[in-house]
Amino acid sequence: MDSMTIIAIVSIITAGFAITIGTMAPAFGEGKAVSTALTSLAQQPDASSTITRTLFVGLAMIESTAIYCFVVAMILIFANPFWNSAIAQAAGK
Amino acid sequence: MRLSPDEIIYWQFGFMKLNATILFTWAIMVVLVVGSILITRKLSVAHIRSRWQNMLEIIITAIEKQIEEIGLGTPEKYLGFLGTLFIFIAAASFFTIVPGYEPPTGSLSTTAALSLCVFAAVPIFGIGEKGLGAYLKLYVKPTFIMLPFNIISEISRTLALAIRLFGNMMSGSMIVGILVSITPFVFPIIMTALGLLTGMVQAYIFSILAAVYIAAATTHAKRTVPIKKEKSWTA
Repeated sequence: MDSMTIIAIVSIITAGFAITIGTMAPAFGEGKAVSTALTSLAQQPDASSTITRTLFVGLAMIESTAIYCFVVAMILIFANPFWNSAIAQAAGK
Repeated sequence: MRLSPDEIIYWQFGFMKLNATILFTWAIMVVLVVGSILITRKLSVAHIRSRWQNMLEIIITAIEKQIEEIGLGTPEKYLGFLGTLFIFIAAASFFTIVPGYEPPTGSLSTTAALSLCVFAAVPIFGIGEKGLGAYLKLYVKPTFIMLPFNIISEISRTLALAIRLFGNMMSGSMIVGILVSITPFVFPIIMTALGLLTGMVQAYIFSILAAVYIAAATTHAKRTVPIKKEKSWTA
């Protein structure tokens, strides 16, 4: 295997792992946050606006970790810097 | 596959490039500015008013109410900045219903610029509200040991704001792009509709987070917000 094949294999596998693990944990976290918010909404419907706003802000914070993993996966697949440098080296030979 | 609308270049002169991001940002600016001028040209205070004025008033009062609920005492002061952020991001994702349009917020340059605005606005509003010394004292609270962590959090939250908006918008248009190549006609429309919803939620989240950061920098020393009276449950 030459270096470009290795780079391609490692990038694809890493992108898959990044998006799998990186969405699993935030999904658990968001589910927990939403279920707790629903419980408190049922208990105190009067505080609904505060709870909903805090829930949205918190969900955005949790979800941003998943978004980071997604961005990393997208970079690995579509704009891989190692791949580009390998191509540049191969072209320079 | 494109990662961002930066790569669609319409016109190039030397190092100056006119790409889709800049073009659609200008288009949104024109629509918002001309629309606002047209609507506010003939305002009425009577009971009969135009639909457009009603729409604008609903938007403005809703934003003001949200800002006030976060704890910023005088929403008029912050309405210009936070309202512009919200309306721009909301309009950027709303215009995806126009065919051929690419949301400029799907480019990291736009979102980085927006979050740098927030990064600059926090100390500006904070110093304006509390004075330079009191604002700088926020960095050594609760103790002096927290100084580097406060600085890191300031930088990392700016980065997070930019990446969050970029990732959401980029993933939306990328999913539509992938679906168009696999299953055309029906599913891209559904995902576009879902993208409209996420776009609105992201606009809300971006401006709420900016408001929360500004509120954390402005309201600590004295309580400017009057404590609201409790609702009387018996009445």
